Amino acid sequence: MSAPPPIAMLAELTHRCPLACPYCSNPVALLGKDAELDTDTWLDVFRQAADLGVLQLHLSGGEPASRPDLVDLTAGAVQAGLYTNLITSGIGLTPKRLDALEAAGLDHIQLSMQGTTAALADWIGGYKGGFDRKMKVAAEIKERGIPLTLNAVMHRHNLDDLERTIEMAVDLGARRLEVACVQFHGWATKNRGMLLPTREQTLAAKRIVAEAQVRLRGVLAFDFVPPDYYADFPKACMGGWGSAGLNVVPDGRVLPCHAAESIPHLEFETVRARSLKEIWYDSAAFNAYRGTDWLPEPCAGCERKEIDFGGCRCQAMALAGDAAATDPVCRKSPMHGVVTQLLADSLAEQVGDFTYRAAPARQV
Amino acid sequence: MTLDLAAEDVPYLPRGVRLTTDRVRGGTVLLAPEKAVTLDAIGEAILSRVTGAASFGEIVADLAATYDAPVDQIQGDVQTFMVGLRARVFLLVKP
Ligand code: SF4
Ligand code: SF4
Repeated sequence: MSAPPPIAMLAELTHRCPLACPYCSNPVALLGKDAELDTDTWLDVFRQAADLGVLQLHLSGGEPASRPDLVDLTAGAVQAGLYTNLITSGIGLTPKRLDALEAAGLDHIQLSMQGTTAALADWIGGYKGGFDRKMKVAAEIKERGIPLTLNAVMHRHNLDDLERTIEMAVDLGARRLEVACVQFHGWATKNRGMLLPTREQTLAAKRIVAEAQVRLRGVLAFDFVPPDYYADFPKACMGGWGSAGLNVVPDGRVLPCHAAESIPHLEFETVRARSLKEIWYDSAAFNAYRGTDWLPEPCAGCERKEIDFGGCRCQAMALAGDAAATDPVCRKSPMHGVVTQLLADSLAEQVGDFTYRAAPARQV
Repeated sequence: MTLDLAAEDVPYLPRGVRLTTDRVRGGTVLLAPEKAVTLDAIGEAILSRVTGAASFGEIVADLAATYDAPVDQIQGDVQTFMVGLRARVFLLVKP
C-alpha cells in the first residue's frame, strides 16, 4: 500500500541513562553500549531520513548526552537539513557541551521534569542530586536563549504539583510545556499501581491546564496528554501507524512506534541491512497496521476511524492480547471492561515503592 | 490577553522557528519546536514578509498592493493568521 513520506524521526541514540524513571519508555530489555550504532552509521541514517522527507529529528535515548559523540551527531543532523531537537534529562550537558551543541546548530531542547522539588524529582528519577543539576542546566539553556520545551511526565505522585510545574516552565523561559500523563507501556506497566492518577486528579489536571492555557496565551503553549484510561476514546497512535513518524532504536532497528517491540509477531528490520526508505515503504512491520483497511469492528464502521485509527496497537496488544484489536481504552471496545477493572485494581493497590528502570547490561 | 497586533507592532519569528523548503513534498514549511506546518500560498506570502523589521501595518499594506486587494480584508486575514501563530508562541512581537 502507498504511504506518505515520514515527517518526524525519533533517534534513540542509546538506552544508557543516569536516571531510572519508573515509567521509562525504553523497552524492558535494554540494549547495552556495545549494541549501539556508531557515529558514521547514525550520520548516514540522518541523511537518509532527510532524503526520505523527514523534517524533524528528535535525538533521544535513554539519555542522549551519554553518547560522547552527541555534538558530532547534532552537527551532522543539522547539515542534513533536519530540524534538530534534543530530548534530555539535562544530566551530562555541561556548559561547554551546551556551547558546542549551540555552535553545531541545535534547534531546540526538550527537558524532562520528574518533579518540582529535589525530594520529589530525585525520588521519581531514582537519581540523587539530579534535580539540582537539572535546574543548573535549565538556567544555562535560558541564558543562551536556546528554545526550550519542558516535558513534565505526570502521574499520581506529581499531578497535584501541576500548578507549580506550570509556574516553573514560565520561570525557566520555556515556550512550551508538555503535560504528559504516563502512558502504560514497558516499565510503566510494572508501576501501574503507583502511577495511575485518580479520577479527581485527572479532572483537576484538565481544569488547571484549560485555565492556564487562557492565562498564558502567547507566553506558554501547552501540549496535554491526558491519562487515556479515563478517556472515552483512544488517542491517535503516532498520527497513524507508519504514516507520520518512525523510530530508530540504539542497535539500528526501525520501529513504527517506540513501544512496538511489545508486539511479538512483528519483526523489525535494521538500517544495518536495508535502507530507511525500503524499511519505511516495504517492511512488513510498517505495513502491518497502515491505513484503516485492516481495522476490525467496531472501528471499521466507526466515524472516528480516520481520527484515531482504532487507537494504540501496543495497548491493544497489552490489554486485549491482540495488536489488531480495537484499543480497549475505547468505550466501544468489547474489551473495555479490562480497563475499568485495571483502574479499580490499581487505585485499590496501596502505595509501595517504584520498580525502577534498570541499567543496560554491561559487557564484561 | 489579546494577541491582536497593532499597526506599529513588529512581528518576528523567534529562534527555533523558521521557514524551509520541503525538498521532498515541495512547498514551504514552517518549522517550530516539535511541529512542522505546511504553508499555503497565503501563509507563505505573509511569513516571507515577517523580517523582524517590517511592522504589521507595513506587511498588510505590502500584501494589499501586491495582490491588489482591499486593506481591510487583508488585515483581517493576516491578523487571524498571526494570532494563531502567537497563541502557539511561533511568532512574537518586538518589545
Ligand atoms: S502503538 Fe501505542 S505506544 Fe506505539 S506509538 Fe502508537 S500509541 Fe504510542
Ligand atoms: S471504535 Fe475504533 S475508531 Fe471508533 S472511537 Fe473506538 S477505537 Fe476509535
